[in-house]
Amino acid sequence: MEPLINFDNVTCGYDDKAVLEDVSFRIMPGQFVGLVGPSGSGKTTLLRTIMGLIRPAAGSVHMLGQLVHGRSAARIGYVPQLETVDWNFPVTVEQVVLMGRTMRSGIWPWPNKETRARMATVLERLGIGELAKRHIRMLSGGQQQRVFLARALLSEPDLLLLDEPTSNVDIRTRDEILHLLADLNRDGIAVLLTTHELNSVATHLPWVICLNKTVIAQGRPSGIFTSDVLSRTFNAEMMVIKQGDLLLVADKPHRFDDLAKSSAGLPDVIAAPRLSKRNGNGLALAASNQHDDY
Amino acid sequence: MTTLLRPWHYDFFVHGIIAATLVGALCGLIGVYVVLRHMSYIGHGLSHAIFGGAVVSYVLQWNFYIGAGLYGFLAAVLINATARKRQIGADAAIGVITTASFAFGVALISRVRHFTTNFEAALFGNILGVTVSDLWVIAGVSVLTVIALFFVYKQLLFTTFDPEVAPTYGVPTQKIETLFALILASALIASMQVMGVTLIAAALVIPAVISRLLTDSFSKLLLYATAIGAFCGLAGMYLSFYIDVASGATIVLMAAAIFTVVITVVLLRQRRQRITIGMNRSPAFLPSTDAHLFD
Repeated sequence: MEPLINFDNVTCGYDDKAVLEDVSFRIMPGQFVGLVGPSGSGKTTLLRTIMGLIRPAAGSVHMLGQLVHGRSAARIGYVPQLETVDWNFPVTVEQVVLMGRTMRSGIWPWPNKETRARMATVLERLGIGELAKRHIRMLSGGQQQRVFLARALLSEPDLLLLDEPTSNVDIRTRDEILHLLADLNRDGIAVLLTTHELNSVATHLPWVICLNKTVIAQGRPSGIFTSDVLSRTFNAEMMVIKQGDLLLVADKPHRFDDLAKSSAGLPDVIAAPRLSKRNGNGLALAASNQHDDY
Repeated sequence: MTTLLRPWHYDFFVHGIIAATLVGALCGLIGVYVVLRHMSYIGHGLSHAIFGGAVVSYVLQWNFYIGAGLYGFLAAVLINATARKRQIGADAAIGVITTASFAFGVALISRVRHFTTNFEAALFGNILGVTVSDLWVIAGVSVLTVIALFFVYKQLLFTTFDPEVAPTYGVPTQKIETLFALILASALIASMQVMGVTLIAAALVIPAVISRLLTDSFSKLLLYATAIGAFCGLAGMYLSFYIDVASGATIVLMAAAIFTVVITVVLLRQRRQRITIGMNRSPAFLPSTDAHLFD
């Protein structure tokens, strides 16, 4: 099968400064992939390169076998970081969503019948049908995320790119968004999202790429989420705790060495039922196991 | 009634009021895009650049509209291109290109002394000098602008709201930007005779800013800004006739007066809303205090 995206030794960036160096990976049609890395690691640059907004200085990017050159061969739906959106811009939910079909809804300023019907279906599916006439500022974080997801879906994409969709939303909304993306992925849409939420990635996503200017590792979270890989990815000491099916990632606290010396070892010390609580030594953990869907 | 009709007996007033109303509406309409793109300074800068073009066409004895038009369009494209350079930025690009162009115009004038009268007209507007052919140019530019904005409404909305993402959805952003630069330059050139270089920016920005206070709907914003711009042109011309003050200045002062009234009402409404909410609810439930008058 032809890869949906094929990065082959890509080096790219802005002006003379390389943000990504020698990046290679593949994403197959229908795959659900998480891209993790620290701020400034090149996650957004990678998404922009896929969209054809940045041209590689070296290497090549192919989409469905065609060289990405200004415009992508596959249809891409892009959901930006919420912080980059001008929330005071005078547009309603409906107007933003219709932008997803700007070039396919006739020559008149208003949308044609087919586009209207599709929009209604998408809005209903995402549970924001009643908000169509509302100004985008008058929405919660989760609803705002859904509006841009609806815009992406209206373009009937082969690939959904989401830049930090789980940032600045509460835990419940984050869970809803990830489940929604899993549903869309089941319909055959490939998904690539960037995130800092390592435990969410471990729980919900079947495939992860660890990025820090170059690809540090890629594979199933259970296979690549090791202290070594994550420490190299985030340039910080990270702890990975495996307990049965559970995979937990946490910052290494300053007093961890003392703690380790005075206990029989953390995984044995912390029993599964107590994982969602603070352990009393400043180590905050979130329990996660691989999502049932995968 | 007789007092209101008295100015209509003068041809110069009839020409002037038609020109001022059309220019007000045209600048109001385009101003919405200018304000939403955070390019308010470009109207000011581009008109100065066009001034350089006007002087060049005068010296070379070209038609004003062709010379200034070419110059303005080139300046707009150059500003767009320079502004994309991350280390420069739009405001600095406008500052460099337009002031250099303006200075070039002034330098030429200092060599060609007999241009001084036209120089003043170009700077501050000369509504008394509006000819029938000027009216045709203004009307033509207005009609073409409306037609162009009608057919690229969706694309222009997308590139204004989200210029980085629009190409991903197939919007030909570069072409749309170039078309908008052409429309903006044409509108400024058509408006120069009425408003003058120094006051065009106000005609572009103020109606759009007033309308933004009145509505959260993009389509209504376009309608309101066009109507407010036309009203300011019409009322400003009348005022100019009766109080014997330069037309460009009265049009801008009229717009500024409306802005002051609207923002005062909006602020008072917001204050009243806050007080009402504060009495009835705990601060934790404070909603957004947007107070759009017409929504």
